[in-house]
Amino acid sequence: MSSILVIVLLALAGVILLLLLWVAGAYNSLVRLRNQVENAWSQIDVQLKRRHDLIPNLVETVKGYAAHERATLENVIKARNMAIAAKGVGERAEAENFLTGTLKSLFAVAEAYPNLKADQSFLRLQEELTSTENKVGFARQFYNDSVMTFNTRCETFPTNIIANMFNFTRREFFEVKEESQREAPQVKF
Amino acid sequence: MWEQIQANRRRSAVLIISMALVLMLLGYAGGELLAPGGGGIVGLGVALIVWGIQMAIYAAQPQSLLLQGAFAREIQKEDSPQLFNIVEEMTIASGLGFMPKVYLVDDPAPNAFALGRSPSNSAVVVTTGLLQRLNRDELQGVIGHEIGHLKNRDVQFMTLAAVMLGSIVILSEIIWRSLRVGGRARSRSSSRGGGQAQLFILLVALLLAVLGPLLAQLLYFACSRKREYLADASSAQFTRYPQGLASALEKISRTPLTVSFASRATAPMFIINPLAASGGSGLFSTHPPTEERIRILRSMSGASLSAYEEAFRRTRGGSVLSPQSLQSAGTLPIRRPSDDGPILSRADVRFIANRANRYLRLQCNCGLVISVPEGYPQSSIRCIRCGTELPIPTVAPPVTSASEPTPLHYQRTGKHWESFRCVCGRTLQLSPLFTALHLRCNGCGRLITILPPAST
Repeated sequence: MSSILVIVLLALAGVILLLLLWVAGAYNSLVRLRNQVENAWSQIDVQLKRRHDLIPNLVETVKGYAAHERATLENVIKARNMAIAAKGVGERAEAENFLTGTLKSLFAVAEAYPNLKADQSFLRLQEELTSTENKVGFARQFYNDSVMTFNTRCETFPTNIIANMFNFTRREFFEVKEESQREAPQVKF
Repeated sequence: MWEQIQANRRRSAVLIISMALVLMLLGYAGGELLAPGGGGIVGLGVALIVWGIQMAIYAAQPQSLLLQGAFAREIQKEDSPQLFNIVEEMTIASGLGFMPKVYLVDDPAPNAFALGRSPSNSAVVVTTGLLQRLNRDELQGVIGHEIGHLKNRDVQFMTLAAVMLGSIVILSEIIWRSLRVGGRARSRSSSRGGGQAQLFILLVALLLAVLGPLLAQLLYFACSRKREYLADASSAQFTRYPQGLASALEKISRTPLTVSFASRATAPMFIINPLAASGGSGLFSTHPPTEERIRILRSMSGASLSAYEEAFRRTRGGSVLSPQSLQSAGTLPIRRPSDDGPILSRADVRFIANRANRYLRLQCNCGLVISVPEGYPQSSIRCIRCGTELPIPTVAPPVTSASEPTPLHYQRTGKHWESFRCVCGRTLQLSPLFTALHLRCNGCGRLITILPPAST
């Protein structure tokens, strides 16, 4: 009689152990994903800062050739300062989008100056800026991918119990309205 | 993506464990076959020793051997900013963490491969043939594929599998040789005593010895092919532009050149099978057929892993990605193609390669430019056009940045090819597309500032 009890107790203990292991695994995976999201966010920061640092150099180079395009150049500088000052995910996304618009108009203006287009430092800066734009895009992409994975984990059935128990909150995406390239960016202050 | 890595780790573990079981079984059975009634344990020991030696060889081999064998040179950002930037972009898009070193190989065959035992120690190698032919989007696709390999830890996985396979093959060789040498006498004498059990073990051992290597090889190649599909899917997910990789694969497969330094062992890490000019296919090929890869990529309706899985199922049938990774894959739109950067011309790629390979350029009086590789044994070289003997300047040892003498400048005079002499005697050349502000002399290591031409 008692041996059956022992077996039942052992089985129960085994089940509880497995449950605990699963809980630990789910919690750890949530922590890991959350850290990945934070890491991805800081990566966006790095690339955005890099873009901000490249811009004064670009403006100086263009000034050397197209000094009377002052309006466009000033817009770029103003947009950059606004982007540096922005706080919070939504506001920053908007400011960065705006900065991209001003840069596009600057490069459009540069098309009219063949001397500028042939200048090596301008070409190099253009490649750098294109690459930095891409990197910002990819960093944002990776951030959004991480957020998506994390949110899915938080919401799907077995892990959402753990998520609620330990207060893992959903993160928001870094949305940037993709302006269609035909639309001229409205430079307004 | 993280799910995919976890699924891969699990799959790797399963594969390695099953191959290990085959190895141990082979060892045990072989031992029993040769020295029945106790030889099994010895056989097992031998199997483990063989495996241990293989692992030791793998662990001791520095990565640089392969790179040196291929004459790969590490390039820095100034040498080829576009390539460097693309690698950086893909590192960010994949969340790799560490940026792999970038190497260039002077080979007209377009191909690329990835090496890396650990993320902090990884490398991406690209041939000059590749740089010449692909535009920015395509290059991004290829680099995305290689970084996908690194992210999925494919290099470690395939090497472990190769070690296992090697051990199994060696062990079965040992068994065969021992059988031929004296086993028959032994087994005859003991089978009188052992009876049915001995016969059974004999059959099992023979079967394993014959089929084991074969099965292991099939498994190895199947895994290699699966990993390639996975890397393709990763590339599509990172770049959000599968057509880039597809058109790169088309361009590469059209060129019937084989990479000179590839071997069976290193083949899995290339983007296209370097050993078969047509792309190679079949059970014993490390890469899936290229047309199929292209077809899958071009028929993707989105850029996520689930889109790849769907395209795979439509084109080929069957599944390639694990369900866990598809669970959180979601749908991702394909981006627009970027403004295509110019494809580097042959001359520019040659320039980059020569810089990376530290070639010395001498100008003869007859006008011929002679490229002398680093480490040329003689101190003078004869011009092949006019026969003059030109001395090869002995370069001063590289100047470390701590003892930089007065800064050197060179002012460009226009947009064409220019050359000038460094103080160490080395002639340096500037291409029209050279856009950096500084140049480091390859011979002495001095930093030279390049000033833009005093323009009109």
